[in-house]
Amino acid sequence: MSSERELFRTDDSQVLTETRDARMSGQGDRFNSKLREAFGSSPFILTKFDKFMNWVRGSSMFMLQFGIACCSIEMMHTYAVKHDLDRFHAGVPRASPRQADVMIVPGTIVSKFAPRMKRVYDQMPEPKFVVGMGSCTISGGPFQEGYNVIKGAEEVIPVDIHVPGCPPRPEALVYGVAKLQERIANGEAAPVTVKPYELEQFGDLERDEIVDELASEIDEEDLVMRYNWADSP
Amino acid sequence: MSLQEESETPEIESGETELEALLDDLIVDTDDHENAPAFVIRPDTVQETLGRLKNEAGYDHLSLVTAEEYPDRYESIYHLKKFDDPTDEVSIVVPTDSENPVSESAEPVFRTADWHEREAYDLVGIEYDDHPDLRRILLPETWQGHPMGLDYDQDRPQMVPLRENANPLQDDHRSDADSDTMFVNIGPHHPATHGVLHLETTLDGEQVVDVEPDIGYLHRNEEQMAQNGTYRHQIMPYPDRWDYISAGLLNEWAYARAAEDLADIEVPEYAQIIRTMGAELCRIAAHMLAVGTFALDIYGDFTAIFMYAIRDREKAQNILEDLTGQRLMFNYFRLGGVVWDLPEPREEFFEKVRTFVNEIPDALEEYHDLITSNEILQMRTVGTGILPEEVAKNYGATGPVARGSGIDYDIRRDDPYGYYDELDWEVPVEDGCDNFSRLLVRMREVEESAKIIEQCVDLLEDWPEDERNIQANVPRTLRPDDDKEIYRTVEGAKGELGVYIRADGTEKPARFKIRSPCFSNLQTLPEMSNGEYIPDMIAALGSLDIVLGEVDR
Repeated sequence: MSSERELFRTDDSQVLTETRDARMSGQGDRFNSKLREAFGSSPFILTKFDKFMNWVRGSSMFMLQFGIACCSIEMMHTYAVKHDLDRFHAGVPRASPRQADVMIVPGTIVSKFAPRMKRVYDQMPEPKFVVGMGSCTISGGPFQEGYNVIKGAEEVIPVDIHVPGCPPRPEALVYGVAKLQERIANGEAAPVTVKPYELEQFGDLERDEIVDELASEIDEEDLVMRYNWADSP
Repeated sequence: MSLQEESETPEIESGETELEALLDDLIVDTDDHENAPAFVIRPDTVQETLGRLKNEAGYDHLSLVTAEEYPDRYESIYHLKKFDDPTDEVSIVVPTDSENPVSESAEPVFRTADWHEREAYDLVGIEYDDHPDLRRILLPETWQGHPMGLDYDQDRPQMVPLRENANPLQDDHRSDADSDTMFVNIGPHHPATHGVLHLETTLDGEQVVDVEPDIGYLHRNEEQMAQNGTYRHQIMPYPDRWDYISAGLLNEWAYARAAEDLADIEVPEYAQIIRTMGAELCRIAAHMLAVGTFALDIYGDFTAIFMYAIRDREKAQNILEDLTGQRLMFNYFRLGGVVWDLPEPREEFFEKVRTFVNEIPDALEEYHDLITSNEILQMRTVGTGILPEEVAKNYGATGPVARGSGIDYDIRRDDPYGYYDELDWEVPVEDGCDNFSRLLVRMREVEESAKIIEQCVDLLEDWPEDERNIQANVPRTLRPDDDKEIYRTVEGAKGELGVYIRADGTEKPARFKIRSPCFSNLQTLPEMSNGEYIPDMIAALGSLDIVLGEVDR
């Protein structure tokens, strides 16, 4: 390197010219994207607002960060590297139910947890969707015959998509979420399900043996969930 | 055993006679457990007996309290061990009559008995005198009946109130109005509780005055499920779901070890090596998640460390999937061996495992750069969540939690099973007693596990082709003898994982009790966090590395 040459000094007139040239030559591409070409001469899209909203809903789903049991491990893997649910517009877990659109129920629901899950579901804003992950949310799975296990999430909250498996692989969950997006985009509503277990005020319950027994322990105004195990599937 | 029948006198060994001399005036009868001598005592002498065993004979580890109901009586069994030598065991059997099942509590002698006895009360229905807080622990307060009792009707309706879930903002002062403390529910749906744990926390400003873990939100009756299954095949799928953080093979081994010793099954050496290798792969995967979520708890790092940990877990899971056919719920062990041999082509499999193991030191270096040498993490973890050695022992803490408190205790080495005693590895122990030590122990354990796996691969590679015996000859239906009782433990990812089985001559166990390490470890949380700041409590909870499937079973 010659010593006369000044370091760190460029010919700025040259730089400006190059930049301007580059901009001017690329101008057409900058404002005429491939998408624009696909639309033809008009920059407008004509669609129904409902349809547009459904497309938006399906394409930007905020999931509830909700871990219950074994399936939540596979759910974490679905969110994380390799499977990366984010690629499918559905990978932002929100810690608060008030910011979430979709609840993945990943695991066994037991008697003590069902009222709380119902409460979390109630706290989510409409429109909300539920993906039941794993056999436990379908029927109680391997624990179905237990004394403490709810025979499926659908006994408590409505479920849009069931993903079977114990636990389902991350690919299966991704497929389930994709199917949910498809349904949302098509504007299909969740099926109407009969939920046997609801929260009720204790005072409103019909008086029977078990209510009498618990009358001293539970306030009239307390919310309770009553399990009729004998009627469960 | 039974009070009416004359039980066999166990073989008299030198240690036993000393124990008999020590407890001479307290022993009513003796019994014969497969793993240890058992002494029957009266229900009002529990504290006296356990006190003498703890203080004079050195049995300082109350591993498990098993409760069960017989047609004519209730029984609580205290399984005692020594931290110095876990093979030195003794069981204290406390029968109580079925009309009025009241027994003295062991809580003043061993703090860990607190939760264990609450569970016994909850599920079986034995009441403990002198217990500080005898409430239900796993089932809701309003539950009717005791489900592990003999005459429990499972079809009865039950009612669960939602009141404990009261909005803390509406009703934030638990005691009288002039109190400065505030009551906050953390969980059961909260990202920092690692599942469905509910912490009832009382705060004074930013300091924790009292924290009480409320568990049972994932109590899915694992013990009942095991009692409904036959020994040979129907029980094995369930252990995978106790500690579901990829620690499946470690859990399966707990059941396999107890059942094999119960039925006198000898496992072929080749199968033991495969088991050892698989179990250590599981341990690496489990510890990776522990480290990742710990970093997530400490500084909310969802981007780098958590993802790195998941990446390394994926590698371990891929190998386990090749080996067992499943990513998470392996169901790979069988009584007497494993279900199938290593996948073909074997060279390819060995190559995969070797690559994984060889990458571990580099990966750990990266983790150390990111985590342990990170100043923020050090500030948050060094000197917080202090669990002194004596306290840890009193609570029956095991695994990395105990080893982080300077207790040199590892079942793999001290009560060897599998192929561990033939291999060259070390037990990492740190004596900092804080959150940082527990993290360090986990990371050093990953290194040791990698060493074990490497040695197993060497052995498997050179194993003669005609001696690859993966399965012992096991009868189609196992019916261990009536009244045979056994309690066996293994070193799970979280600590000492044990299984107690009582056979009744049929093909199903009469009582199946799981000793969960997390259950005991979680009890230490108030000890570590009372008087500290809330963030330190969250860090302490993260460093315990609990998994609710195992706490609640």
